[in-house]
Amino acid sequence: MKWGGKLVQRLVQLGFLVALLGTWHFMTATGTINPLLLPSVPSVWTKFVQIVSNGEYWPHLKITLYEYLVSMCIFVPSGLTVGYLVSRSRFTVRTFDPLFSGLYAIPQIILLPVYILYFGLGPGSKIAVGATIGFFPVVLNTIAGFSSVDRLYITAAKSMGASGFKMFWSVMVPAAWPVVLTGLRIGLIISFLAILGTETIVSLSGLGHRIVTLAELLNTSLMFAYIIFAVMVAIALNFVVSTAEARGKRH
Amino acid sequence: MNSRDVAIKVDNVSHAFGLEDEERRVSALENASLDIGRGELLSLIGPSGCGKSTLLNIIGGLMPAMEGTVLINGAPVRGPLPQTVAYVFQESALFPWRSVRENIELGLSFQGAPARERTGRAMDALSAVGLADFANHYPSQLSGGMKQRAQLARAMALKTDILLMDEPFGALDEQTRMVLGEDLSVLLAQTHKTIVFVTHSLSEAVFLADRVAVFTARPGRIKQVMSVNEPHPRKPEFMTSDKLSNMRNELYELLHDEIRKTMMGTEGVAPIAAAPAPKRAAR
Repeated sequence: MKWGGKLVQRLVQLGFLVALLGTWHFMTATGTINPLLLPSVPSVWTKFVQIVSNGEYWPHLKITLYEYLVSMCIFVPSGLTVGYLVSRSRFTVRTFDPLFSGLYAIPQIILLPVYILYFGLGPGSKIAVGATIGFFPVVLNTIAGFSSVDRLYITAAKSMGASGFKMFWSVMVPAAWPVVLTGLRIGLIISFLAILGTETIVSLSGLGHRIVTLAELLNTSLMFAYIIFAVMVAIALNFVVSTAEARGKRH
Repeated sequence: MNSRDVAIKVDNVSHAFGLEDEERRVSALENASLDIGRGELLSLIGPSGCGKSTLLNIIGGLMPAMEGTVLINGAPVRGPLPQTVAYVFQESALFPWRSVRENIELGLSFQGAPARERTGRAMDALSAVGLADFANHYPSQLSGGMKQRAQLARAMALKTDILLMDEPFGALDEQTRMVLGEDLSVLLAQTHKTIVFVTHSLSEAVFLADRVAVFTARPGRIKQVMSVNEPHPRKPEFMTSDKLSNMRNELYELLHDEIRKTMMGTEGVAPIAAAPAPKRAAR
C-alpha cells in the first residue's frame, strides 16, 4: 500500500470517526460523564434504529423538507433570473455584483427576527431564511458565470450565424453552466443548514424543533439519535448535490 | 482583375480603437484597399498591432469598418455572413462542452443546415482533416494541432466560398505548424475556396499563399503585395527551395523596418548599442 493513496486517506478518516466513537463510549461506560448530558453509545443507537424503523422521524422531517423545497422554489429561479439579467451589461454587473457581494458578507440570519415578525413562528419564517441565504451564492455565481463567458466562443458562434435564443441556449448557458452549478450547490446546501439551524432557534415544528424539544425534556439519548439522523440527511443531501454537480461539469 | 473574378473587394478601409477619447485613440488600419480574387489564397503579414486581424474581422462582418467598404461578391458587408464566410481562429474556439463532431453539428445548426445532413457533413469534414477517429472526443482530450484541425473541419463543413483564418497555427510549435501547413495546402487545393490567412510566419505566408500582402507598422497600411506563382498543392520540397527562401528574405527586408518601428513605438526598444552595467541585486 502506498502512503498518500486513496485507501490510506479513507482509512485515516475512518480511524478518526472510530476514535471519536470510542472516546464517547469510553467516557460514558466508565461514568466519567453524566449520562444525562452524554448518553451511552448503545442507548443512542437503539433510539436511532427505533425512530428510523417505526418512521417516527417522518412528521418532523416532512416539515423541514417542505420548508426546504419551498425556499428552493424561491431562491433557485430568482437567483438565476436576477443573476442573468445583471450579467447582461457591464454597467449592471459593476453596479449589482458589489452590492450582492456586500450583502452576502453580512450574516443574513440577523433578518430572522424580522422574518418571524412578518411570517410568524411556523414554516414561513424558515422558508424566508432559507430563500434569503440560498439566493446569494446562486445570484453571484450566475453573474460570474454569464459575464465571464469567453468572447471567442461568442465570436465563433456569431460568425457561424448564431444569434438570439440559439446563442443563449447553445453557447451562453453551457459556457456559464459550471460556475452557475457551483453556486447552486452552495445555495442548496447552506439553505438546508440554515433552515435546520433556524428551527432550533425558534419554531413550532420540524427536525430542528424536535431536537430542541428533546433537549428541553432532557431525553438526551433520543435527542442524539435525532442529531445523528439530521447529520445523515445533510450528508445525503451533500452527496446528491455534489454528484449532480460533478455530472454536470464532466467536460 | 475583372470585377467578376473579385470575391472580396476591400475599398479604402480605415479603423481606429478607443472611440470616446481622442488622445488615446489608436489608429489600427489606414486606407487599406485590396482585391482578392475568386479561389485565391492571400496571406496578410505584418508587425503586431498593424491591423491584420482587424481587417480580417471587418471582411468577415464581425466588426464594422469606421471608414470605407468591403464588398463580398459585389455586396457590401454589414454583419456576419455564415452562408458565405467561415472562420478559423487562432486559439481553440471549439466549444469545450461538446464533442468534436457535435461542435461541427452545432456550427451547421447555427448556419441553418438541415438537421439530417449535419452528422454526415461533420464526419466528411473530420475525415478530410484526418480526425474521423476522434469524432467523439472532447476538445480537452485533443492536442493543440488536433484542435486546430477540428476547427478547420468545423469551418469546412459549412461549405462556404470564403475562409478567413486568423493565425490558425499561431499557438502551435514549429514542427506541428509545418505538417499542418502541408496538409492545409493539399486540402485547400481541392476546395477552390477564397482564403484570407493572417500569419506571423514569413515562410508560412510564402508556402501557402498565392499572394502575400505586407502591412506597415501601425497605423497599418498595405505596403506591398507580393505574388508567389507556384502551383497548388505545394509540395514539402517547396519549403526548402531557393525560391521560397528568396521570397522569404525579400519579405523580411520589407518587414524589418516596420517591426523595428512598432517596437520603438510601444516599448522604446532601440537597436542594442552597449548593454548598461548590470545592477547589483538588491538584498
